[in-house]
Amino acid sequence: MPKSMTLGELGLALAGVVMAALWVLIAAKAYTPEYGFHAVLFAVASVATVFAVANRYHARPAEPPAQMIDGKPNYNMGPVKFCTIASLFWGIAGFTVGLLIALQLAFPVLNFDLPWTSFGRVRPLHTSAVIFAFGGNVLLGTSFYVVQRTCRARLAGALAPWFVVLGYNFFIVIAGTGYLLGITQSKEYAEPEWYADLLLTIVWVTYLLVFLCTLAKRKEPHIYVANWFYLAFILTIAVLHVGNNPSIPVSIFSSKSYIVWSGVQDAMVQWWYGHNAVGFFLTAGFLAIMYYFIPKRAERPVYSYRLSIIHFWALIFMYIWAGPHHLHFTALPDWAQTLGTAFSIMLWMPSWGGMINGLMTLSGAWDKLRTDPVLRMLVVSVAFYGMSTFEGPLMSVKAVNSLSHYTDWTIGHVHSGALGWVGYVSFGAIYCLVPWLWNKPKLYSLRLVNWHFWVSTLGIVFYISAMWVAGIMQGLMWRAYTSLGFLEYSFLETVEAMHPFYIIRAFGGGLFLAGALIMVWNVYKTIAMPEAEAEASAMPALVPAE
Amino acid sequence: MSIASHESEHVDAHTGTSTTGHEWDGIRELNTPLPRWWLWMLYGSIVWAIGYMIVYPAVPLVSSYTKGVFGWSARGAVTAELADLQSARAPMVNALAAASFADIEKDPKMLAFARAQGKAAFGDNCAGCHGAGGGGSKAFPNLVDDDWLWGGKLEDIQQTLTHGIRSADPQARAGNMPVFGEGVLKPTEISLVADYVRSLSGLDVAKGVDLAAGGKIFAENCAACHGDNAKGNLELGSPNLTDEIWLYGSDKATIVEGINKGRGGVMPNWGERLDAGTIKALAVYVRTLGGGR
Repeated sequence: MPKSMTLGELGLALAGVVMAALWVLIAAKAYTPEYGFHAVLFAVASVATVFAVANRYHARPAEPPAQMIDGKPNYNMGPVKFCTIASLFWGIAGFTVGLLIALQLAFPVLNFDLPWTSFGRVRPLHTSAVIFAFGGNVLLGTSFYVVQRTCRARLAGALAPWFVVLGYNFFIVIAGTGYLLGITQSKEYAEPEWYADLLLTIVWVTYLLVFLCTLAKRKEPHIYVANWFYLAFILTIAVLHVGNNPSIPVSIFSSKSYIVWSGVQDAMVQWWYGHNAVGFFLTAGFLAIMYYFIPKRAERPVYSYRLSIIHFWALIFMYIWAGPHHLHFTALPDWAQTLGTAFSIMLWMPSWGGMINGLMTLSGAWDKLRTDPVLRMLVVSVAFYGMSTFEGPLMSVKAVNSLSHYTDWTIGHVHSGALGWVGYVSFGAIYCLVPWLWNKPKLYSLRLVNWHFWVSTLGIVFYISAMWVAGIMQGLMWRAYTSLGFLEYSFLETVEAMHPFYIIRAFGGGLFLAGALIMVWNVYKTIAMPEAEAEASAMPALVPAE
Repeated sequence: MSIASHESEHVDAHTGTSTTGHEWDGIRELNTPLPRWWLWMLYGSIVWAIGYMIVYPAVPLVSSYTKGVFGWSARGAVTAELADLQSARAPMVNALAAASFADIEKDPKMLAFARAQGKAAFGDNCAGCHGAGGGGSKAFPNLVDDDWLWGGKLEDIQQTLTHGIRSADPQARAGNMPVFGEGVLKPTEISLVADYVRSLSGLDVAKGVDLAAGGKIFAENCAACHGDNAKGNLELGSPNLTDEIWLYGSDKATIVEGINKGRGGVMPNWGERLDAGTIKALAVYVRTLGGGR
């Protein structure tokens, strides 16, 4: 068979050439140097795409990679490896920036009086780095791993999976550098401007197609539950992103754009997006991880297939309506606020369905919690998930929300979910994946995993208890009246009262970061270990008890 | 009915529960029924949510929405709470507005009320610049040290609060520290007079500085506002330079900067934002902080 370029290679190279020319033009005529800098990055990335496609073409054999080798699927794990390393990198970056802004709140001098390091710019850097960069790479990597293994099919597409993971990480670079340079459309968790949004749309639709096409060529008669959750996550994030971000750029030469929604409608669309980023990115996506890695690690069947069906559809149906609880006591009409509360309460049990399925899968394997800190991390993540998904509906009730709204209680709530649930289920998955992907007999050190577990658990406890105390105290101080009918505390006094708790919070965040650094060291040493025997790689290595 | 497709009947040994028969990458799923407590709590939360939607405004209609059984609304609730508060406070607020400062000082109950109202208003309006306790910071006067630029009597404070200092109000406290740089005084003269000013409150001055020369420059340029004895002038807002209290700082560089470029901080005219009764209460509270000559 004579070697020739595939349609995909030709198309991507051509697109790279066209984009390079366009972005050079934009770089030359950009209204601001910040946008010019981004245009140069885009131009460089476009040129790099052309070179990468050409290199790949020269290096590859004439035939496309085999779907099966010796009757076993020829899995494509390159993109998964890339995402695993990227998630570690972005995780450390995001946790470090989080620690910085926690310290800035306690000691404002750490703003350094520079625009690039001011709280307002660094805070979205933190949220995007941990949610979209760290969490996003964990989701991309695990979804590409799980969909292949549970479909017994090679990932669809040759270039497409790489376009997805590299394009997504390039989007993160554009988003993050944009925040520091002051480029933002000021929508929480959707700060990137129009051109970054367009890039993400293309990347995400490709992601959806890769996932769907892999499902379509599966060798299993049924689709595994983890893949339902991944698909719900990918599909809904596409809808949310497109729904929340339509905007009109001032010019193709300007980074600035104006969103088409306005006023309270804009607020409602924003929190429909914002809450479902929590629901479908940070919940459905990570439940997919839970549904593969917990039964796999515990070597037990999933507790209840029926529960997985019912809680899946209930979760999908309820979550999408709960966004208005972010806008309690605002200009949003009362009836919409009430609906937000009602759906949040109904969401409680569908959320807990995932927790039950995760925890009860351990039945028959509880003893492993003593000996396997990776499984312990996965199980504790589910416990934190259960706690946050009880707290969330509670906080959505008007009576509770009137105390909690705008206080640090919300920050505590978010971090019990983010550090405890999303963080731990990701760490557990990474600890499982690294020996599997790099074909190692086991992790370098389970003792280090144990240290990671205890150091970061202590960190989470410090973090969330400090924020609970601070938040509830803040809410009570705001509403306290003297017997003569005057507000008892000024706003400044409440800020002063928070100071010790801000220090405790930063300390907890520092511990969490320290734990993650232990993990990075452990992963590095694992990858540096000699490979396992060929036979062992077919099955995930069993980790002996300590 | 079983969900299992009976591809291969498979029972989990540990639980004795059958699985669905499928296997993905070594993972099976048990056919465990829904936990009863979970199902009942799901139904319960749905019933609770329906109840919540009956009690509160909830369902959008064509041009309106269901109002809920009590007709509750967020705006109505906050309006009612504010009205309650105002009616509870009304007798004392009205009495305070009508009373003179002398009346207030004579009546302990009224004095306590004025201080409470003033403290709350201070926290919301004044603490941002003067600090929660009135301790001030650079360029924002300390209000607890009983050192007053424009007078510490109740009427003085009321006047300052109402019209502000160097504000847009035509009756504002006016007068500022002029610019002595830009050719009025030479840098060496400014240095001399700065050393002299530091010596007035007993601060260290470098050896060999001609304090007498500095004193002469002071008498010719500064005494008109600050007084021959440098004790300041309440009419002009010129500070006492002998009392070791410094608005901008006592180091020589800061004093030289002030002489060179002048000073003139602004306090807003609160009469535009606060009612007369609140300002009266604030005056009482602020005077409580700093005594008041």
